[in-house]
Amino acid sequence: MNNQGNLLTVTPSPHLHSSNSIPAAMRDVIIALIPAFIASVYFFRISAVLVVVTCIVTAVVCEMAAQKLMKREVTVNDYSAVITGLLLALTLPATVPLWVAAIGAAVAIIIGKQLFGGLGNNIFNPALIGRAFLLASWPVATTGWVTPIDGVSTATPLGIIKESLGSELPNLTDMFIGNIAGCLGETSALALLLGALYLIYKKHIDWRIPTGYLATVFAITAVVGMTKGQGLSYPVFHLFAGGLMLGAFFMATDWVTTPVTKKGRVVFGIGCGLITVLIRLKGGYPEGVCYSILLMNTLAPLIDRYTKDRVFGGGKSHA
Amino acid sequence: MNLAKTFSKGIINENPLFRLMLGMCPALAITTSVENGIGMGMAFTAVLLASNVVVSLLRRIIPESIRIPCFIVVIASFVTITEMVMHAYAPALFESLGIFIPLIVVNCIILGRAEAFASKNGLVPSVMDALGMGLGYTLALVTVSAVREVLGAGTFLGIPIIGLIDNPALVMILPPGGFIALGCILALLNKMQQKKAQSN
Repeated sequence: MNNQGNLLTVTPSPHLHSSNSIPAAMRDVIIALIPAFIASVYFFRISAVLVVVTCIVTAVVCEMAAQKLMKREVTVNDYSAVITGLLLALTLPATVPLWVAAIGAAVAIIIGKQLFGGLGNNIFNPALIGRAFLLASWPVATTGWVTPIDGVSTATPLGIIKESLGSELPNLTDMFIGNIAGCLGETSALALLLGALYLIYKKHIDWRIPTGYLATVFAITAVVGMTKGQGLSYPVFHLFAGGLMLGAFFMATDWVTTPVTKKGRVVFGIGCGLITVLIRLKGGYPEGVCYSILLMNTLAPLIDRYTKDRVFGGGKSHA
Repeated sequence: MNLAKTFSKGIINENPLFRLMLGMCPALAITTSVENGIGMGMAFTAVLLASNVVVSLLRRIIPESIRIPCFIVVIASFVTITEMVMHAYAPALFESLGIFIPLIVVNCIILGRAEAFASKNGLVPSVMDALGMGLGYTLALVTVSAVREVLGAGTFLGIPIIGLIDNPALVMILPPGGFIALGCILALLNKMQQKKAQSN
């Protein structure tokens, strides 16, 4: 073994080696989420830190325990559980009780991920499974929205529209920066876009999904906005409101649960956009990003099947 | 096969819900409380027992080619009787089980037992088979509904459980909770079965 360095290494091709690895890619996603995390700490103060830490710690511990119990290789070092915990925390309001957040992280990792076979085998985005579970279980605890910084109870911009509360909608600048009520990580479109640009630059996420997603939401709400006589401010409001930015860039682009073909990714994004707008404008919930992505996750294999590229010289496409 | 085995196979080795995966619809829909689970299990057992007895007695008279409609007529009669009895004497349970009482008619376990067992065996084994299968299904329903009621409502048989009653995980008594609970229980049972098979 000692003279290994002197030996001529003979290996079969391919010889090109990419430095890309699961931990490296996951680290980049964490880096991309840092602006959103900082924004959430700025707007929601210490409670944001507590929720994020609770979620991440629970997710990592559950991942370790589940993998030990199932006698699988323990892979907490690949950071994927950290991301799941962080993403879940960013979709919760600042007032969420910490034990609720912890249960969400446990459900996300154990039911959403490990029971399906671990990283790479899950059908649904684990963080969104955790959030959907919490929203259905403790509808009051998971919707205690507060204003940024002062922490006064209020409704989210989408909630104001849905319930026709009549209170004044925040202006678009505040919505872009994140100075509005909402989940920890979803309020600041600016911080999310910064992180998303980094991920697109590093080629970790495909621009097709978020573009298809955001363009669909924008197009439909633009038409609705015109019929309402509100012009362009209406679609822009919908782009910055709720969890759309967070969902479009960080959840609808999950490598595991979305289509792998280029055409398929466009279809996936458009589908998410359609369901989101449908829920926002016609559904019972004020926000539909979470459910739209979960529903489209179920369609990902089907989309892949029908958007496979034709093999060169392989005759007519079978799709 | 001896009688004891005919009886006990329905409880564990051929448990209709956990092993044969039959009768899933009521098992997911009505298991929101232990009371429902027991009520459904009892109604089911009564129908299964009566239909097994009648099918077993008539097995030489029923023509082979139209046996399924004959079984259905027998089962539907007993379901109707059970439904009326429940409506008269347990109106609250009748209300909460709702459509799932008449749906016992199309429960594949009962038809399956008539087809696979009662139509080929004598009266006594058929009775034992019905009791075993009925008990097995009832136990399975109670297991699923216990998990769901404790976690989703914070009560057991309506008695509040300290610590859970204030903030139960509502989702467990909603439809998704049925799938989560049943899936987790099945996974655990399969794991136990595997361990048993390995140690043998």
